[in-house]
Amino acid sequence: MADSGVTDGAEKKEDITRVKNEGKELSKEEKQRLRKEKKSQKKNKEKKDEQDALASEREKNCAPSTLSQPAAHKEPAASPPVQAAVSEPPAPAAGAPPADKPAKSKAELKAERRARQEAERASKPGKKGDPGPQSTAGKPKAPPSELQPVVKRLPEHVQVDNPEVLKKLAKKLERQQIPLRSDYGYKVSLFSHLHQYSRKAPLTQQLSIPSTVIHPVIVRLGLQYSQGIVAGSNARSVALLHAFKQVIRDYVTPPNEELSRDMVNKLKPYISFLNQCRPLSASMGNAIKYIKKEISNIPSQCKEEEAKTKLQDCIDRYIREKIVLAASAISKYAIEKISDGDVILVYGCSSLVNHILCEASEKHRKFRVIVVDSRPRLEGREALRRLVKHGISCTYVLISALSYVLPEVSKVFLGAHALLANGYVMSRVGTSQIALVAKAFNVPVLVCCETYKFCERVQTDSFVSNELDDPDDLMVTRKGKTQLEGWQQVSQLGLLNLVYDVTPPDFVDLVITDLGMIPCTSVPVVLRVKNVDQ
Amino acid sequence: MELQAVLMAAGGGSRMMDLTYNTPKPMLPVGNKPLMWYPLNLLERVGFEEVIVITTKEVQKMMSTDPKMKLEVKMKLDVVCIPEDTDMGTADALRHIQQKIKTDILVMSCDLITDAALHEVVDLFRAHNATLAMMMSKAHEFTETVPGQKGKKKTAEQRDFVGVDESGKRLLFMANEADLEEGLSIRKSIMRKHPRMHIKTGLVDAHLYCLKKSVVDFLAENKSISSIRGELVPYLVRKQFSKAANSQTTKDEADEQSQKQKDGNVNLDLHILSRDEPLLQLAQAYSCWNDHRGDMSDAYHGGTLRCYVHIMEQGLCYRVNTLAAYIEANRLIGSDSIIGAGGQIAEKTSIKRSTIGNSVTVKEKVKVTNSIVMHGVTIEEGCNIQGSVICSNAVVGRGADLKYCLVGNGQRIEPEAERTNEVIVGSDQLMEI
Repeated sequence: MADSGVTDGAEKKEDITRVKNEGKELSKEEKQRLRKEKKSQKKNKEKKDEQDALASEREKNCAPSTLSQPAAHKEPAASPPVQAAVSEPPAPAAGAPPADKPAKSKAELKAERRARQEAERASKPGKKGDPGPQSTAGKPKAPPSELQPVVKRLPEHVQVDNPEVLKKLAKKLERQQIPLRSDYGYKVSLFSHLHQYSRKAPLTQQLSIPSTVIHPVIVRLGLQYSQGIVAGSNARSVALLHAFKQVIRDYVTPPNEELSRDMVNKLKPYISFLNQCRPLSASMGNAIKYIKKEISNIPSQCKEEEAKTKLQDCIDRYIREKIVLAASAISKYAIEKISDGDVILVYGCSSLVNHILCEASEKHRKFRVIVVDSRPRLEGREALRRLVKHGISCTYVLISALSYVLPEVSKVFLGAHALLANGYVMSRVGTSQIALVAKAFNVPVLVCCETYKFCERVQTDSFVSNELDDPDDLMVTRKGKTQLEGWQQVSQLGLLNLVYDVTPPDFVDLVITDLGMIPCTSVPVVLRVKNVDQ
Repeated sequence: MELQAVLMAAGGGSRMMDLTYNTPKPMLPVGNKPLMWYPLNLLERVGFEEVIVITTKEVQKMMSTDPKMKLEVKMKLDVVCIPEDTDMGTADALRHIQQKIKTDILVMSCDLITDAALHEVVDLFRAHNATLAMMMSKAHEFTETVPGQKGKKKTAEQRDFVGVDESGKRLLFMANEADLEEGLSIRKSIMRKHPRMHIKTGLVDAHLYCLKKSVVDFLAENKSISSIRGELVPYLVRKQFSKAANSQTTKDEADEQSQKQKDGNVNLDLHILSRDEPLLQLAQAYSCWNDHRGDMSDAYHGGTLRCYVHIMEQGLCYRVNTLAAYIEANRLIGSDSIIGAGGQIAEKTSIKRSTIGNSVTVKEKVKVTNSIVMHGVTIEEGCNIQGSVICSNAVVGRGADLKYCLVGNGQRIEPEAERTNEVIVGSDQLMEI
């Protein structure tokens, strides 16, 4: 029935407008509700238009005063008054004296206007979702993004060339009392929407030395991130969780506050600080989401000490299950894929791949490894050291020699920084090259990744969202001479030091996770299963 | 709280007795401010809110009456007095205040004048989880003539030999020339881990140390160490590479002679206290970073004790512990001339590149060049003072001509005196040794 549908819909409409105003994402149920809404609104509008036309006809003939009163009563927009208002006029209309003709016209106009406003108000939420013809102009100021309620806002870290976004960021950091790190050097135009910082200008320059605003453990962690002492997705996550354990240990609930709400607020400036030191990785983001959820799930009657130990146990369990045990599960699966006499190619230094290879050598598989490395990080040297220490025979080449060594390679093992929701693999820059050339040589590419690194983002290229490292890292000093020393003075020269790149799923043959060995296209399934679990 | 600041202001100024026999070193005026104002100002600028000041009762009394200290130092000063007659070293002083120390400490000396960025030292301390982080600076040659110095040859200051690794940050070796009688010997274990070492001698130690709390606890146990600079720092630097650093079996090594056993336990304590927590070790194991390359060992060679040094290339860094340094510091702080308040300067006087203290009376036709005149001095007419230091409450008679002299506290120079390159002090001071 149109009526009940409309009244029900009205309450839900309120909810939906409220949710939209708060800027939260619409969940599936809300989206379904919205769709139903739109349908009923369309029906409603048609009916209203009819009745409006009828009403305006009748208004011209009946007493306008009685019309305006019921219309006035129905002004609060709780339920669409149009139908009620429209149904009422015929009744009193007949009894009203047709005496005041000139006043009628003024009141007539008023009533018409009011009826029109009511119609507007009733159809406004429907109109928002309705791309159809709009009978009256809605608020002219409605920004275009609000027309599609499901568009997510762009994260600020990919909008660095937008001065408004920068202003907002500066204001937010000022509120949290965290210094703003300024960008450094000329940015290549394709990547001018990303931050680029210099390692020689650490964030601690602007902090007071016994740091009071930010917990000292977090300052130390931020320094270690920005100087590259803690690098690698797993290492950063474990260090972050360790730091959070210390923060929780030292936390004291202020009076009149609840631990579950206040602690999350305390963590926000720390996360902004760490983000300023080095952009957060996908695994860190997932870990933070997990902690925030755990904190908000603490019941309010829980005592502080108990809550703190519970949270620390949660963190320990997360690390144990998602990182350590996942690594052993993955190596178990991966070792099945390593046969005797294999030549395995690895790229850079992935803690997981190193772990797999060390376990395989302990299980007495006979294989040799080719370590491919690239400038400027030259992380392969560290991987080489660890593998050789375990007694694995290794070859070391730079990435430019890739096509020369591939004919003798039997499989390629790659680590991942994150797995995106459309099956793309985000990893250290150079990985997509390796996957591409391996595909051309028909060498199977296996990506090893724990499930906690799966993220809901979707990306098809490496430009949209990436990390720009310090451009001065590209300078090399040989025999006392640095060729690129004055690169900032050359106006047309820009140095680009990318950190990540994205590999399409067509080049990846298998993803080995702790849930098993899955094809790259099954990543969204895993994500959906994870979300349902939570 | 992250760091507690400790200011050592109990030193005697043994290398400039002419200046300090009346005024204690922390209160010597430099640019018309007491010497200890400078490190306190540095700490305040950087963001410290509290400082523990270790000093003597005399200095504490002077501090409370000095206007500059009361007005300009906004931090909370927790003054700890140590008895004057005991010969307490800096490490002994730390042991004395062990109860007050709750976190890692930043130890400074009162005679440091610098514009260094402290965050560089503290960042080394934080990022590498170091046990010790210190600051050094390239030494400057003092060009000014020092009053009372006979001849050009300066007394050979004992040199410090400082060994750093390739990056210039890790401290591998530290010894004073006095301890190296048979020559400089470097252990093979150090050479194996760090094949490239740079040994520098022209460095000035700024006496600014960031120490972990475990070191203070270690000092409390180990009462034989009395000076931070002379004993503790070389000890820590040596301990980085000691055998106990790498062995994981700790309790088994107690089967040695009693003396060694005691030392052994103490050594092991420092290593146990410095060991990182298991999660941090896990993070380090996952991380693809190493501080050195070329050998098969993990980051930091698996050592838990690490000492770092930040060497300042540019900028001001002075330790005012000799007369020459004092004069140089005054020269730098006052770019041309500084004249204190409450004095009277008559006409036809010429004051160039000098520091004049408070309540100084200068009569007519006086020429003061390149000199330091402290508080309460009276200079009569027609004097010519060049390159000299005139301590407080002295009186220089009419027409005196002083070149490169040091006039002690309360001394009177007779009129028409002509002195060059002399130290004029009272007879009671001459008796002190």
